[in-house]
Amino acid sequence: MSNTTWNLDPSLESTALVQIKPQYELFIDGKWQAPLSKTYFDSINPADETHLAKIAWANQADVDLAVRAARTAYTNVWSQLSGAERGKYLFRIARLMQEKARELAVLETLDGGKPIREARDVDVPLACNHFFYYAGWADKLLEAFPGQNPVALGVAGQITPWNFPLLMLAWKIAPALACGNTVVLKPAETTSLTALKFAEICQEAGLPPGVVNIVTGYGDTGAALVAHPDLDKIAFTGSTAVGKQIQKACIGTTKKLTLELGGKSANIILEDAPIDQAVEGVINAIFFNQGHVCCAGSRLFVQESIATQVLDKLKFRLQSIYVGNPLDKNTDIGAINSKKQLQTIERYIQLGLEEGAEIYQPTCELPSAGYYCKPTLFTDVAQSARIAQEEIFGPVLTIQTFRTIEEVVQKANNTPYGLAAGIWTDKGARIFGVSQQLQAGVVWANTYNKFDPASPFGGYKESGFGREGGLHGLRAYLKFPN
Amino acid sequence: MEVLKTYKLYIGGQFPRTESGRSYAVLSQSGQHIANACQGSKKDVRNAVQAARKAQASWAAKTAFNRSQVIYRIAEMLEARKGQFLEELQALGSDLKSATQEVETSIDRCVYYAGWADKYQALLGTVNPVASSHFNFSVPEAMGVVGVVACQQTALLGFISQVLPAIIGGNSVVVIANQKLPLCAITFAEVLATSDVPGGVVNILTGSVEEMLPTLSGHMDVNALSLAQLDSAILEKAQTEAVENLKRVMSYSIDFSHTTAQGLSYISDFQEIKTTWHPIEQISGGAGGY
Amino acid sequence: MALSMIDLTTLEGKDTPGKVRQLCFKAQHLHDQTSDLPKVAAVCVYPSMVGIAKKALGDSGIKVASVSTAFPSGQAPFSVKKDDTLFALENGADEIDMVISRGRFLAGDYQFVFDEIAAIKELCTSARLKVIFETGELDSLDQVRKISDLAIAAGADFIKTSTGKIQPAATFPVVLTMLGAIKDHFDKTGQMIGMKPAGGISSAKLALQHLLLVKEVLGEAWLTNEWYRFGASSLANDLLLQYQKHLTGKYQSAAYFSID
Repeated sequence: MSNTTWNLDPSLESTALVQIKPQYELFIDGKWQAPLSKTYFDSINPADETHLAKIAWANQADVDLAVRAARTAYTNVWSQLSGAERGKYLFRIARLMQEKARELAVLETLDGGKPIREARDVDVPLACNHFFYYAGWADKLLEAFPGQNPVALGVAGQITPWNFPLLMLAWKIAPALACGNTVVLKPAETTSLTALKFAEICQEAGLPPGVVNIVTGYGDTGAALVAHPDLDKIAFTGSTAVGKQIQKACIGTTKKLTLELGGKSANIILEDAPIDQAVEGVINAIFFNQGHVCCAGSRLFVQESIATQVLDKLKFRLQSIYVGNPLDKNTDIGAINSKKQLQTIERYIQLGLEEGAEIYQPTCELPSAGYYCKPTLFTDVAQSARIAQEEIFGPVLTIQTFRTIEEVVQKANNTPYGLAAGIWTDKGARIFGVSQQLQAGVVWANTYNKFDPASPFGGYKESGFGREGGLHGLRAYLKFPN
Repeated sequence: MEVLKTYKLYIGGQFPRTESGRSYAVLSQSGQHIANACQGSKKDVRNAVQAARKAQASWAAKTAFNRSQVIYRIAEMLEARKGQFLEELQALGSDLKSATQEVETSIDRCVYYAGWADKYQALLGTVNPVASSHFNFSVPEAMGVVGVVACQQTALLGFISQVLPAIIGGNSVVVIANQKLPLCAITFAEVLATSDVPGGVVNILTGSVEEMLPTLSGHMDVNALSLAQLDSAILEKAQTEAVENLKRVMSYSIDFSHTTAQGLSYISDFQEIKTTWHPIEQISGGAGGY
Repeated sequence: MALSMIDLTTLEGKDTPGKVRQLCFKAQHLHDQTSDLPKVAAVCVYPSMVGIAKKALGDSGIKVASVSTAFPSGQAPFSVKKDDTLFALENGADEIDMVISRGRFLAGDYQFVFDEIAAIKELCTSARLKVIFETGELDSLDQVRKISDLAIAAGADFIKTSTGKIQPAATFPVVLTMLGAIKDHFDKTGQMIGMKPAGGISSAKLALQHLLLVKEVLGEAWLTNEWYRFGASSLANDLLLQYQKHLTGKYQSAAYFSID
């Protein structure tokens, strides 16, 4: 047999087990209800721009119905249950999600464009585990907060983003229910399907009606939810701009608020770092989920003494990144979530060129239909460049060099954001020394983009406030009256 | 003609008979002969401790999440075999109402402890604000092999209440079951065997507490003891033997049938605390330190 | 491709001339019922069997690789290792698979380890030298990287993970580390070094994953049996089984393929 160039054959995950309905209603009070607005919008698959389903568009009256249902369920049912009983519902949900894992993964990929490998191996397992984790807290709140008299807040309005639709839903709903609250959740308009599937799972689990309500729609639906007077809590994950609008809207109300917003996280490679490992880490930090990650390591800082070596290895590594059909198990970078987002990314790439940065993109073919973007590196980037300051939310990495640790810490912190940071070094004392100085809610040392239900996640400064995950994540959904 | 079950021991994930070849009659409250159970010996204790030690390190090394999933599965299997346990409890003399209460509380207790697996660390572990440039943190770690004398009042619930908090924290156990009411313990072993619990994590011996306890309490490779409602003379003897290798001895006199006889303290009873120091480099002008 | 990269191996205390002759036949006739199959790259045996193998393989083009230097432990004085190697070469070995002195390496005696490899390389003249690290005995990936750099500097033509006698053997992290050393050496000097993962690669699926690793980390130039070998004994049959499945669509039974 002669040695010929060979490439990977497509290895497509089957969509046979997924049944998408032509039209979805709102999920209120345990039932599917047509929207009072009588309006629907289209959901498309960003991988090939095909139509997936019509989704109900909730208006203020619909949101009001949902909040009422949640309030009634809280007062009459959910607040009367013991923690152990709430926990059992959550276990059931977790188990059903696990049983339907493949279906949820395929649905997530179709709806949002993320590679099936990530949906299957990261999003869905983490989402299931999040429910398992918080199920176990439901009957242990007095032990979690001894002597502090923890009490549920009541009804929570929750808004989730399009980058990890099901996972963000889990991060919102699991702790809320475990602590005894009921919820009204509005998923992002480009990714409603897994939330709607989750509603079916709630029905199958026998969750009392009204404990979980899903109202689909655009930003106006979200605004109506935030503005509703009978909510005790708002939780939002999304852009900093919208987060600020929400914080403003809550002034003068008694609503408790947690926000999980954008970031421009610094990923720092020191000269004593294991280089090959750091390069893999950088790739994962910015290209995982097409860079649609709030905590993406989008600013790379390399110590000047190893900069050439690292850059060469990064460029070489980009050649084996596969951009393509999200359903193909070989794909590393899937589709950009929407046309709008792709346009935003392309604008920033253009801006980078205008700002004088040097661009590098590997040669690869992009599919002809759908929204795709090549992984992109920018070198010769100044600290003051807009591409180094503003969140791009795509597979674009800016690269800067530094000479001393003091310099890079200062540069890393020189941003209104403060979500995450990465540090690569072989020296333990340095890890602790640097992480102590970084203004970031999550610090990854010699790794990146690691998530676990038991690990608290959240930002400093304009990346938001409040934590999700772990013991700390319970605080967002409790009050401690004395 | 029914095929009757032989109640054997549960060691290393298998069901061997006692190496002593003895058995004893299990009687109901009214004196009826219900079944024969193995009368465990010193050598059975020895074998059980060996199996427990072999299994302990890899059990503790599993992720906490993994351990919680295994204990949930126990709850699922227990629920599935509810009927079997109800029958046994009634045969031993319980009325249906009490038996149901006991089994349901046992299932709930499994779910309760399963939920602790990946949470007790957040409450028992700490980061300590020492007055020097060091990152200083304390983490709970399993003690190792825990010898258990199961509550002699209840057939199932007490057993579960002692075993689960020990194993959820990464320990493995050797249990001397309720001498008079051993059947549920062995049927519970069947639940364990079908629950993804690795062999050797739980080992169950039936027979005379007085005969077997000294071997357990004096065994140099057992790290701790969980003893329930023992006669004071027997307890004192066990505590004295335990001194030889400084076993941590926990003695419980609580009524485990209370729904509140569970909690974080039962887990922390079988956890060691390990504290680690690491220097924090002082960036911008500071020394490295050590 | 994977079949053509196999060093078909028998390294047992109980090997006999008959066993080796059978293996050599299998090397040339993997499965005559299937057409167009390649031959394996080499047959790997103990020095005492080199002559037998050389004769049995004739002019088939399949190389004879011999282990040496007191394989597998390497715990012997240098004179023994030298004689071991010379004996294999005199009997016609085309390739030498030597073991490093792991004990010396772990004790920090790097110069000793280096000198040993260089000395054996000198004996090899036209034969190609593979250096076995026995990564299962090494502590960490740092060690694996260190020995890779050292062996390449000392003259190894191929670096090899294991003797196949212990586990763990060719795990992905170990292999990736070694490939990284080969890549860095090539980037600096332009010289190619071969890679041989050995031990634990018993399925076609694993073999394919290893090949993909080579393609992405080193590049296609390494995807020939001149620069890449699988040290395996049962892999060949799994490759045959999977190839048959590919041709016929049906899962196969081992009963239809000879073991040796």
